[in-house]
Amino acid sequence: MSRAGGTWVGARVPRNEDARLLTGRAQFVEDVEPPGALHVAFVRSDLPVGRLRGLDVESARAHPGVHAVFTADDLGPLLRPGAVLVPPPPLDGLVFHARTALPLVRDRIRHQGEALAMIVAESRYVAEDAAQLVEADIAPLDPVVDLGRALDDDAPRIHDDLPSNLAAHVRQTKGNYAAARARADLVLERRLSYDRGIGGAIENRAVVAEWDARADRLEVWDTTQAPIPVRNVVAAALGLSESQVRFIAPFVGGGFGPKIMFYAEEILVPWASIQLGRPVKWVEDRYENFFATTQERGQLHEAEIAVTREGRILGVRDIFIHDSGAYDPYGLTIPINTQCTLLGPYRVPNYESEFRVAFTNKPIVTPVRGAGRQHGVFIMERLLDLAARGLGLDPVEIRRRNVIGSDEFPYNHEIMYQDFAPLRYDSGSYEATLEEAVRLVAHETFPRERERTQADGRAVGVGVVNYVEGTGIGPYEGARITVEPGGTVRLATGVGTQGQGHFTSFAQIVADAIGVKPSDVRVVTGDTSDFHWGTGTFASRGAVVAGNAIHAAALSVREKILKQAAEALEVDPDDLELAEGTARVRGAPDLSVDLGALAVNANPLRGAVEPGTEPGLEATSYFGPPYGTTANGTHALVVAVDPETAMVEILRYIVVHDCGTVINPTIVEGQIHGGVAAGIGNAFYEELVFDEFGGTSNASFMDYLLPTSTDVPPIETAHLETPSTLNPLGTKGVGEGGAIPVAAAFAQAVEDALADIAPGLEVLDIPCSPGRLFELLRKLREASTQAGETA
Amino acid sequence: MSGIGISTRVNGVAWSGEVEPRLLLSDFLRSVVGLTGTHVGCEHGVCGACTVQLDGEPVRACLMFAVQIDGHEVTTVEGLAATTPGAEISVEQLHPVQQALHEAHGLQCGFCTPGILMTAEAFLRENPAPSREEIREAVSGHLCRCTGYHNIVEGVALAAERLAAGGRAADGKDEP
Repeated sequence: MSRAGGTWVGARVPRNEDARLLTGRAQFVEDVEPPGALHVAFVRSDLPVGRLRGLDVESARAHPGVHAVFTADDLGPLLRPGAVLVPPPPLDGLVFHARTALPLVRDRIRHQGEALAMIVAESRYVAEDAAQLVEADIAPLDPVVDLGRALDDDAPRIHDDLPSNLAAHVRQTKGNYAAARARADLVLERRLSYDRGIGGAIENRAVVAEWDARADRLEVWDTTQAPIPVRNVVAAALGLSESQVRFIAPFVGGGFGPKIMFYAEEILVPWASIQLGRPVKWVEDRYENFFATTQERGQLHEAEIAVTREGRILGVRDIFIHDSGAYDPYGLTIPINTQCTLLGPYRVPNYESEFRVAFTNKPIVTPVRGAGRQHGVFIMERLLDLAARGLGLDPVEIRRRNVIGSDEFPYNHEIMYQDFAPLRYDSGSYEATLEEAVRLVAHETFPRERERTQADGRAVGVGVVNYVEGTGIGPYEGARITVEPGGTVRLATGVGTQGQGHFTSFAQIVADAIGVKPSDVRVVTGDTSDFHWGTGTFASRGAVVAGNAIHAAALSVREKILKQAAEALEVDPDDLELAEGTARVRGAPDLSVDLGALAVNANPLRGAVEPGTEPGLEATSYFGPPYGTTANGTHALVVAVDPETAMVEILRYIVVHDCGTVINPTIVEGQIHGGVAAGIGNAFYEELVFDEFGGTSNASFMDYLLPTSTDVPPIETAHLETPSTLNPLGTKGVGEGGAIPVAAAFAQAVEDALADIAPGLEVLDIPCSPGRLFELLRKLREASTQAGETA
Repeated sequence: MSGIGISTRVNGVAWSGEVEPRLLLSDFLRSVVGLTGTHVGCEHGVCGACTVQLDGEPVRACLMFAVQIDGHEVTTVEGLAATTPGAEISVEQLHPVQQALHEAHGLQCGFCTPGILMTAEAFLRENPAPSREEIREAVSGHLCRCTGYHNIVEGVALAAERLAAGGRAADGKDEP
């Protein structure tokens, strides 16, 4: 695993965290069980929409082993709507109505699974027994389920104080689309949709809280991606100072977005611990997770593209409705991601984009891996495919003619992104990833393979699509690095970790700066008592924002080491190098001193520390980028489609991507593999099925299909490295890119495979499940039969 | 609710006592025995995170009651490698399947990993030289949202090679 320059950044370092995870010793929140802990079960509404007329909890309260049953009436000042975590950006003409849920329902139920009562008992078993004894009297109300009709004048109103179910309205434009359309050689318009899904972390959410009355301190273990902001919200809600509250997000079993959100359970469980003077523990079950944890997707688009006869984009117009569910606590991040990411790696001189966010009686929508970017990519890539078909161009060729060239950076798209900054691309390699993917999938020679494979009854097709991924947004993260007297190095940062390999990639950054091995660096993430400034792990920003804060802190510690060592060895600091856990004189490695010894020197028991200096070999630094850095890539896949059954098998999947400087290629590949698998699920398998009342019909892993090892093909990856110009490491995020373009690639490949069998096929709705594809093919066949009869 | 007496061995250690008849094996292992390495992801037998071995055969601990292990032997992820309690674990101490998953980057958040290890170890005893297809089939009863399965399959294949060679893993330490 050697690498030119001998640096750790860029090396395939095996993960520091694995041994604990592989032996069952890693601590997850569910594993925390303070002595004397009580257990919580929530009573949740099975009805999605209604008015709560009465709630009889007396039998539950009287049940042996039950310590308390709390309803909205018991909450006092806690009974107020939850926080809006992300306010919308300052856009001209913005309409935004923030509506968030109460911790427990007082009178109005707006989606299935809203919590009516909280039961605290000796064990989870007893708590669930008691939950069965609660009688809720709910008067059903008319539901709003169909997104396409949520904004109709006669739709039932979800929030009575609003004139309609409109949660937000945003319009952003660039150039003059109408004028561009007027001079276009070809204009195509289509309706497209992208439906809902779940985050699907295998670990459900959990909260364990322990109030220490003697120390006046609250300790909370929480499966959160954002321990510091959540701590701050909880402290404020409970009337505590932030320093009285410690949040710990230890090993978290997958995040994918929903664990960024702020949830009522994060206040209720600590509050119950204070009320009862006992530790209190709640672990979500899988059924609850389908309603009580947030979801993503649900958009309807009316999109139009105007092109010249050479296939150059003159403009795009996209009008869409975004389903926010019953509340909108995460602002407009998802639809703005959609709006911005639609432009992708392409020159689009004229753009007209308008969206409305609608409240519906469905669970709350917040970012899930991709966070609306995949919707934008799907719309744009589909429009390009249709335009190519209309012009008789190859899908790859139309992309070649429109991608932004490598000499055009920084590229300004002139509209506002989710981080409140204009949408600018710092750097990228759009032509290069496209050409490399085309080469790897052997696109030029592909038709011959198609003919050959069709002999076995299945049709083979290829898809090649591009994407960009806005990553590494602000505001900031921080890190503190300490060389300890034993020579180990301790790194603390505020972001939480959910499997991204932070214990290793962050350690690699430190190792390069101060000449130790990554295994000598102990990384602490997500514990507010170790580091209490920062925002969290989301928007593919860990390696960018925390990574560069760590880099800065490591360089500061390096300066301190060199200064101490120069004094100890009586040499000039410029003559020193840091290697193998020592500071040593270049060319005379015997003249050296251990970092551990220097750490002791830096914290003397006698003598004087000079004024203006700090004790210890320790430094804290922060990093905040001016705006997000943009990663990019191209996905290519080969599918075999059975035209009779509509089953699709993915024969090859190729990802050529560019996330700037790669800290650890193995970890980056893992992120891509997982992203693609999630994308395959989104594109083909995963669909939340709602009944006419807004109830979920498939709230289990038996009925909601996550892809398994036999559904996800081996994934081939290639890394290009165009460093970001916005940070010293040159890193860009990679956490979501794998998931973003999959549906678009899938649709193109399926249409390509069936080009001869079903020439008019257009895949415009995601998920394109086998059932949906079967129906599309059946309708096409019927239409062609009818056309034949008419003729 | 009155208890039922059971006698069992968990990771080679005898355990006798009373349990509620409705106590799930997963909850017994995690809350009564205190072995929290067995994780619970769905409680309806689909995700496979809670897989343990009953007399050497993989079973879903969320689909069994504790009373059903009376007279049987259970192995959990904590019993896979001979590690010293409390001490720092080194990669060298791990079972070859654990080592191989580490080297192949076959885990990310690690929540589903204990179940996959228990299935893979039993699978490789029955089929010591599997094809990639057979490995995919063997682990298809486990849901993983992080890895896309690619490196899990590679890890199990590597473990098979290692076990066939009768040797331990190469030094897993980081060297640039």
